Amino acid sequence: MKIMTCPLNGPRNITEFQCHGEVHQHIDPTSASDKEWSDYLWMSNNTAGVVREWWCHTPSNFWFLAERNTVTDEILATFAVPADGPLGEVR
Amino acid sequence: MVFALLKYGISKRYPARQEVPLTPDLKAHYDVVIIGGGGHGASLAYHLAKHHNIRNVAILEKGYLGGGNTARNTTVIRSNYTDQRSIKFYAKSLRLYESLSNELDYNMMYSRRGQLTLSHSDGVSRSLRLRADAGVFCGEANEILDRKQIKDLVPSLNLDIKGMPILSGLWHRNAAIARHDAVVWGYAIRACERGVELHQRTEVLGMEVANNKVTRIRTNRGDLSAGVVVQCVAGYSSVVAKMVGLKLPIRSYPLQAMVTHPIKPFLDPMVSSTALHCYISQSARGELVIGGGSDPYELYNTRSTLELKEGLAASAVELFPFIGELKVLRQWAGITDMTPDYSPIMGQSPLSNYWLDAGWGTWGFKATPASGFFLAKAIADNRVPEEIRPFPLDRFERFDLVNEMGATAASH
Repeated sequence: MKIMTCPLNGPRNITEFQCHGEVHQHIDPTSASDKEWSDYLWMSNNTAGVVREWWCHTPSNFWFLAERNTVTDEILATFAVPADGPLGEVR
Repeated sequence: MVFALLKYGISKRYPARQEVPLTPDLKAHYDVVIIGGGGHGASLAYHLAKHHNIRNVAILEKGYLGGGNTARNTTVIRSNYTDQRSIKFYAKSLRLYESLSNELDYNMMYSRRGQLTLSHSDGVSRSLRLRADAGVFCGEANEILDRKQIKDLVPSLNLDIKGMPILSGLWHRNAAIARHDAVVWGYAIRACERGVELHQRTEVLGMEVANNKVTRIRTNRGDLSAGVVVQCVAGYSSVVAKMVGLKLPIRSYPLQAMVTHPIKPFLDPMVSSTALHCYISQSARGELVIGGGSDPYELYNTRSTLELKEGLAASAVELFPFIGELKVLRQWAGITDMTPDYSPIMGQSPLSNYWLDAGWGTWGFKATPASGFFLAKAIADNRVPEEIRPFPLDRFERFDLVNEMGATAASH
């Protein structure tokens, strides 16, 4: 079993968690061009390497950030959403 | 004995067959460079050389021929999709497969089994009806079976699964399986006979782009240039596209499968259940091939996990309770390049000499002949043929998707 450490609940089986994709910059739908909007909707970095993602511990519905290596399948760090400041969003 | 071994082993009258040629030296320029030596790359090279007399072609493969997803799929060949644009494309592929052993003079071990897709709910029954009728409208053989017909077709199937009894099934008579390795070997051998160069262990490290064109390809064996570059790299589509500055609507997930030890033949058709996310067929060797579970998060890693194998085994045992005693013989995963609409991306990229053959997710093997056939035509004529015109990269910005999410049992 693979273990993920939830910042709230401690180490838990990874089947209790859901991945919600990379932490990326949001764009303003009112000012974005059609091309920018469709790129935002569909395109993905699909990075082979370290990514920063949204994860959720589903039984407690606790959302947090995780850094994960998509090549080695290692979870490098998990941390709670900082109260202020950037989340490290990518484009 | 020993003398016979020496006599025939060393004799020039009985030379060893070298079907796939050894990797030659890289030339400085090719008319077409294909990145990726899997089924799709080999098929494209073959069709370029055979039908369009484009023979100055190199296939660059970072590992060995057919060692990626061509070796990792579950070899299902079928055309029972939902959208007419897809059905026509996959139907062409099915027709090409049917005569492929003759075409290539190479035994594909092509075996027409038929595929039975099961429904456990009214909603799925309606979607199976839609797929059946859409297929029939396009001239493909599909029919809806009731419980009695299913029992007659697959007597060993457990129809009364607790909580999710089987209600009906989609019977796709012409579905088949084939030897996956033979497909890529056959295409590569016949392509190389026509002058195509296969460069194994040749990894593309980067590409230089100038004036909206790929001008240089850097590999671990030296640099080269090409008139046209095509990427056919399945799970690594996003990684290779990034080398030319392209972002794709693709997310890579591992898809896991396994086979049991061989038993007596009992299962002729392939059986698939979308609700159980499981499909089973019996190989020519008697092994049960069980697929296919998609991992729950993106990954470029072909490891197996206990959770997914356990889930597959649990679903398989629901369908065929008596296989509970069988042991798993082999397990593996392939990296699938999933698109938002579960349809491929074929055609020109925004760069003028760079073509895409990507987004083949869990449906690439069945398309091997047709993708090569149509892409070769597109590249030779510099005009995309009607059959693959629904699948360009820019369909996403036009919101003109080809939704096939419901036509696979592998993942939802």
